[in-house]
Amino acid sequence: MQYLLTLYADESGWTTMTPEQQQQGAAAYNAYTQALQNAGVLKGSNRLRPSGTATTLRTTSGKVQVLDGPFIDSKEQLGGYYLIDVPDLDAALSWAGKCPGVGHGIVEVRAIWSMDPATQKYTGEQSLAAAR
Amino acid sequence: MNPCSGAQAHETAAMAARHSYGKLVAFLAARSGNVAAAEDALSEAFAAALEDWPVKGCPANPEAWLLTVARRRLIDTTRRRKFEASPEDYELAEQTVADADVHTEIPDSRLGLMFACAHPAIDTAIRAPLMLQAVLGLDAARIASAFLMSPAAMGQRLVRAKTKIRQAGIPLRIPQREELPERLETVLDAIYAAFSEGWLDAAGTDIARRDLAEEAIYLCRLVSEMLPDEPEALGLLALMLYAEARRKARRSPEGAYIPLAEQHVSLWDCERIAEAEAALLKASGMGVIARYQLEAAIQSAHVARRRQGIDNWPAVVKLYDALLVLTGSPVAAINRAAALAEIEGPAAALEALNTVSNDPRVLEYQPYWAARADLLARTGAHSEARDAYEIAIGLERDDSVRHVLEKRRAALA
Repeated sequence: MQYLLTLYADESGWTTMTPEQQQQGAAAYNAYTQALQNAGVLKGSNRLRPSGTATTLRTTSGKVQVLDGPFIDSKEQLGGYYLIDVPDLDAALSWAGKCPGVGHGIVEVRAIWSMDPATQKYTGEQSLAAAR
Repeated sequence: MNPCSGAQAHETAAMAARHSYGKLVAFLAARSGNVAAAEDALSEAFAAALEDWPVKGCPANPEAWLLTVARRRLIDTTRRRKFEASPEDYELAEQTVADADVHTEIPDSRLGLMFACAHPAIDTAIRAPLMLQAVLGLDAARIASAFLMSPAAMGQRLVRAKTKIRQAGIPLRIPQREELPERLETVLDAIYAAFSEGWLDAAGTDIARRDLAEEAIYLCRLVSEMLPDEPEALGLLALMLYAEARRKARRSPEGAYIPLAEQHVSLWDCERIAEAEAALLKASGMGVIARYQLEAAIQSAHVARRRQGIDNWPAVVKLYDALLVLTGSPVAAINRAAALAEIEGPAAALEALNTVSNDPRVLEYQPYWAARADLLARTGAHSEARDAYEIAIGLERDDSVRHVLEKRRAALA
């Protein structure tokens, strides 16, 4: 199963760090990425530019509005992600627990809704069993 | 097969349900993680059994019969939903059938199912209900009544939890060695939560809740049999057996609450106490003391004091000290203070109780106010004691306990 680990953190933390601290922080992430790669579970990973550079689109009364800034107005902002392929949630949580992001922010783990390889269409979900 | 009467068929089905339900759910859902589909297929199999067995006779191996029918249903459902279910789901259903043919004996993976139900990624409050449903087959309405929730709300939360198990990929298996202690704790906590819900109905008037205590003991026995080297599983089993042994003595024939110190020891269940002692002794030989063993040891001390008249309050205080260090629980601090009163008197106990009086959690906790009121009364501070009883009475939901508190308050001049 594939899981997306999304990393949220207080962006002001990075800017207040000394260059040495920033270097150490980057090194920790590089080591983590390398470990995922060595284990053969890494599918993709990226760091995002600060949320101040985000642009948001939404439809208001039938018109698409373009707005400056991120969708969620919160101290912790999405800062990057890892896409990994592991057998189950326990394995995903174990990797997420080793992510440096846990030390200075929040890591959310979500399963990928898989696509049918034959049709390249998202698979439907069985309707929820009626409450018993 | 001999034809059997409707009553016989019902009885055989009921027995198979008790012994095999969780095993069959665990087996059917092992690969797909689809607990809800496994339950649905199994409940159709039970319905088919009740139609088939009275006519054609009860099968020699009811468990295998149920599995055969259930897995057929599971495949039918998957085929019907071919365009909804993922191709993996379809393959998994076929594999499940293949597995079943290989094993003549159905493997017991109920423990793996329990670990999934009590997974840290599942909401704490729904773990116990989920376990009761998936492993024991209790229906949502009965679980809802035991947990004082509406059947609709309980049903919805159970469905949501099962969906999470499947979609988030929570595995139905026993965790690896290094994770085991932490994960076992959540399983035991869920079992204890189920037991506590059953325990609250001390009068035993509500069958759904009384049975819950028995079901919890059953689940804990299962864990301690499958993980025989885990002392905390035995500790919890002992703790629940000690408590259950005193059930009859906890209420007068009129339903009035009777505190431990006034219970008739002759009403205690000796067999259960003996089993509890044996479990605790076995656990203590494993060299790892933790919360449930300590709580069971405290129960053991209470039993010894009441049965043999041994003054063991210092030992009880020491056990609470250890529990306090381990859990930091204000409940342990309150009970420790009450035990301390028996050695050093109510004034020293009140001082000990003051260490938790700033904890916001105790302010809505009835036993804190009852303990405080009792200690205040014993130091002669009657007016303050009355106030504390007043708060305790307001916080108690059990009528018979409230009645005892009211009597104590009235006894103050």
